[in-house]
Amino acid sequence: MLEGLLIGLETAFSLKNLLMVIGGCLIGTFIGMLPGLGPMSIIAIMIPVAISLGDASAALILLAGVYYGAIFGGSTSSILLNAPGVAGTVASSFDGYPMARKGKAGKALTIAAIASFAGGTLGALLLMVFAPALSSVALLFHSAEYFALMVVGLSAIAAFAGTGQIAKAMIMTLLGLIMATVGEGALFNLPRFTMGIMDLQSGFGFITLAMAMFALPEALFLVLKPKDLKGDEGEIKDLRISRTEAKAIAPVIGRQSVQGFFIGVLPGAGATIASFLGYAVERNIAPKEEQEEFGKGSIKGLAAPETANNAACTGSFVPLLTLGIPGSGTTAILLGALIALNVSPGPRLMIDEPQIFWAVIMSMFIGNLVLLILNLPLIPYIAKVLAIPRNYLIPFILFFTLMGAYIGQNNATELLILVAFGVCATALKFADYPLAPLLIGFILGGMMEDNFARSMQLYDGVSFIWERPMTLGLLVIAAILVVLPSYRARRLRSKAQAEGVADGD
Amino acid sequence: MALDRWIALILLGIFVTYGYAAWFTMDDNLAPFMRRNPIWPSTFPKVLSVLGVIACLIVLFGLEKSEPKEPEIDYRRLTDYNLGQAIALLALMVVYALCLRPAGFIFSTSAFLILGPIILGERNWKIMIPVALTATFVVWYLVQEVLGIYMRPLPGFIGG
Repeated sequence: MLEGLLIGLETAFSLKNLLMVIGGCLIGTFIGMLPGLGPMSIIAIMIPVAISLGDASAALILLAGVYYGAIFGGSTSSILLNAPGVAGTVASSFDGYPMARKGKAGKALTIAAIASFAGGTLGALLLMVFAPALSSVALLFHSAEYFALMVVGLSAIAAFAGTGQIAKAMIMTLLGLIMATVGEGALFNLPRFTMGIMDLQSGFGFITLAMAMFALPEALFLVLKPKDLKGDEGEIKDLRISRTEAKAIAPVIGRQSVQGFFIGVLPGAGATIASFLGYAVERNIAPKEEQEEFGKGSIKGLAAPETANNAACTGSFVPLLTLGIPGSGTTAILLGALIALNVSPGPRLMIDEPQIFWAVIMSMFIGNLVLLILNLPLIPYIAKVLAIPRNYLIPFILFFTLMGAYIGQNNATELLILVAFGVCATALKFADYPLAPLLIGFILGGMMEDNFARSMQLYDGVSFIWERPMTLGLLVIAAILVVLPSYRARRLRSKAQAEGVADGD
Repeated sequence: MALDRWIALILLGIFVTYGYAAWFTMDDNLAPFMRRNPIWPSTFPKVLSVLGVIACLIVLFGLEKSEPKEPEIDYRRLTDYNLGQAIALLALMVVYALCLRPAGFIFSTSAFLILGPIILGERNWKIMIPVALTATFVVWYLVQEVLGIYMRPLPGFIGG
């Protein structure tokens, strides 16, 4: 491990990679601050740039930097404008915005920055401990278990989609999976489902799909319903916090880093769930008089979600780096970028390409430090980006999505596919279908079929399902994950009706 | 019928068509030696199509009750929003896609970046045109020179 750390330090401290961290964090902060643009759209837009770098560690470092930056930037607009740019920072606005209204915007931003820093750093420490352990276990896995594990991951994503959303999330996952089967795969050397169209021979473009699913609908929503971006024109000053305040938030940060990290590790439960849960837990265990403060500008109420969402971002790298299975839309995009760079994340990553693994971990520390010492003093200036008129902003976002799709495939037909999918994705968003499962399914589809085919061939049929206890166990878990939430909801409802309680409360 | 069920119906159609191809037409021209394999190119799609049809039927018949929640945009009153602008921008994107090759990158991109703000109601020419032209040249330089991806800068008839 020490050797790995040194390799990581050496790679991460090269001038190019340091610039990548700093650049990524700044770009992420800038764009993450704009309401309506989440980390997934930003990373999707940045992928062509990252891929053309040609160096996997630099690309991953850049994209990871963009990811933290976006979360940090999102919390800035939550605090200053009550307009969260990212779903994971919605909980930060509960107490951050009231603090800003009281004229303590500077203090709120400092607390957010310190909490993010601590959450991210502790999360990276936990990642350093758990990822190697998990990947040594993962080396024992057979392709049957990999297949089962991916089924578990996909059903967990559906199960965490929320009440009444599980079937919709499942449809989207399956849609992603069938889109992954289009084109010519290495497995059979046969074109499948191309309907004779030459452009579909190589399948759908992953970047095009990522742009069409996230960036385009978000931009269209901004056009359809302009968000009011008028903040209080107060100056951001007084960035210092007192010793008693630091003492008050220290235990919160400690608890939430660990909790957030482990929530982030679970597939499907990302920064958003971690931040809401962190907020709820801290409110429940706070003393009576402090509970009253929550929602009115409590520093604990701000520190909890901020720590939790950053720790969860780090945690979501665990399944990506050790199993090669993304648990969230963002890590799915990162996985797509890595595959494009000819790196296959998984348990072998740490052995075959240790410099990538450790450099990413090291860059997490550096990235968090950059966010703390570089972004915090710059925040008053960066916040000026909120003043860019939307008349300019939206055409530029659209232009960058078009460029990304074009650069990825070098093909103008891709742009038409992008627009068509973007319109479909917007319609799906209107109808409240979750879009991230589609992309995760699309990315996992190929790997899932490969592993499925390999185990079918080894066992000459589907008998691997019951002959390997671990595979069977994982598949049972997957089934339970999908069925249990709807069963529980049904039972709760029938109970409520039996007691004569009205529905809907 | 609400939009989410209409969409489920459309997706059901997609899954059924996909399933039809996987179950009935795909295997016809499979090479004989591949037929002895335990896995065929159609095996995985067959499983997916069945699961997809089941999931669509669950949504279509509303078997899974969901709580009505306030949507960000109510699609029933789309005309209350800036629908015209959105459609115009989408049309602009399609035109851009069709023009990018024949008209060259510089011409089509600056037109896109000028027409975009016009659609959204911007009339400040003094800022709009310089911003669009600068952005076009910067992006062209980055893509062409830094990333090394060829983009025809000018239309063919002036030698681009």
